[in-house]
Amino acid sequence: MGTLPATGLTMASPTPLRIGLIDYGMGNLHSVQRAFERLGAEVVAVHGAADTADCRALVLPGVGAFDPAMERLHRSGLVPVIADWCAAGQPLLGICLGLQLLFEASDEGQAAGLGLLQGRVRALPRSPGHPVPHMGWAPLLPAEPSPLLPGGTPASWVYFVHSYAAEPSDPACTTARVDFAGSPVTAAVWQGSIAACQFHPEKSSGTGEAMLRRWLDWLAAERLSP
Amino acid sequence: MVAKRIIPCLDVADGRVVKGVKFVGLRDAGDPVELACRYSASGADELVFLDIAASHQGRATLVELVRRTAEAVTIPFTVGGGISSVEGITALLRAGADKVSLNSSAVRDPQLVARGAERFGCQCIVVAIDARARADGGWDVFVKGGRENTGLDAVAWARQVVGLGAGEILLTSMDGDGTQAGYHLALTRAVAEAVDVPVIASGGAGCIDHIAQALDDGPLGGKAAAALLASLLHDGVLTVEQIKADLLGRGLNVRPLEAFA
Repeated sequence: MGTLPATGLTMASPTPLRIGLIDYGMGNLHSVQRAFERLGAEVVAVHGAADTADCRALVLPGVGAFDPAMERLHRSGLVPVIADWCAAGQPLLGICLGLQLLFEASDEGQAAGLGLLQGRVRALPRSPGHPVPHMGWAPLLPAEPSPLLPGGTPASWVYFVHSYAAEPSDPACTTARVDFAGSPVTAAVWQGSIAACQFHPEKSSGTGEAMLRRWLDWLAAERLSP
Repeated sequence: MVAKRIIPCLDVADGRVVKGVKFVGLRDAGDPVELACRYSASGADELVFLDIAASHQGRATLVELVRRTAEAVTIPFTVGGGISSVEGITALLRAGADKVSLNSSAVRDPQLVARGAERFGCQCIVVAIDARARADGGWDVFVKGGRENTGLDAVAWARQVVGLGAGEILLTSMDGDGTQAGYHLALTRAVAEAVDVPVIASGGAGCIDHIAQALDDGPLGGKAAAALLASLLHDGVLTVEQIKADLLGRGLNVRPLEAFA
């Protein structure tokens, strides 16, 4: 696994940030890995607690259905690893299904989610002329500013593929929404050190790259501050 | 509403672009990955690679091409040509393709669409339909590069594959292909109205007006969700930037160019 040299795109740091990419067999990690490597981060695959040593942050990706994903996380022993990591206030970024798994439950299945964020994942409403999955490019509707989407960010067009969207109990953790069939649904969340995107930043061209860069910059700044 | 998409299509064989592409300052005009990056930077919303050789020995090369593309390109891409099994679908998706496109193999074995969608989700499975006008006003589905009439009706076939789990239809008018006389709007509209998944219009684009017509949701428009473009872009007649700027000016919902690209 090659690591690109730090390009100065992220804040100056003595060594590249090490990102732990949680590998539980749901979806293709390749694109996510390369997106971070292009930004000068070092990416390691996380299969268990030992792999998280020296990681600055974890990324929980995922494509597929809610229940099989939770089952795989349980079977691989990763549920307590993620829970302990977040309980210690360490940073985590969920992507797509990875966002949904952070919540307590989903309309898509019976399994309990990780419960790191309060709320439930709901099926997108069925509405003529608005096919599900919601797939394609759409502009984010900014909500609470966060390091992912600080206030004043220019219109961010990002790429979505999803059939479900989270409804956080605390609306203040929603940092972006997206219009679906005339009503806004959750597109990105931020609470404490937990961030997550329903869309795919790694497939969202320069806009997605800028967002991942902001997250890496935030990680670097957090590391430098006492 | 998701934006209407502009999708460059690259024909590849043995890991190389088949038709020459006129891009200023290109190091290697035949390298699909370099071209994909250029199109992505110029505002393309997605890319399609069609393996026109689709030979058995070329499969490994195609998988390797997909892997290299996934490493370099930050927009979604679809791969089609010669995919005839769930194993074939799996190999390409694992290598990093976002979607696969099935054509002749879906006609031969419609359940392949269902098996692919069940395993990977309908968002991964595109069915490509090559259609040609019949004397009675409908359209027949052709396979084998337009050489063989299946006798299937294009609109009914589109409905059937969507019922089986296809998440998108890539619809090529064989009558229009290469003519630059405009997309076949009646065909595109008939299919788009028959299914509730996105339809990508292909074949016949000669100018921006044609693209706007294909994407138009009005009663005379093509009602397509996306326009596939090949020679018009490859020959340097138009750029994605020009197309996007023009379509935005017409009030179409397309993703604007990124300010910081």
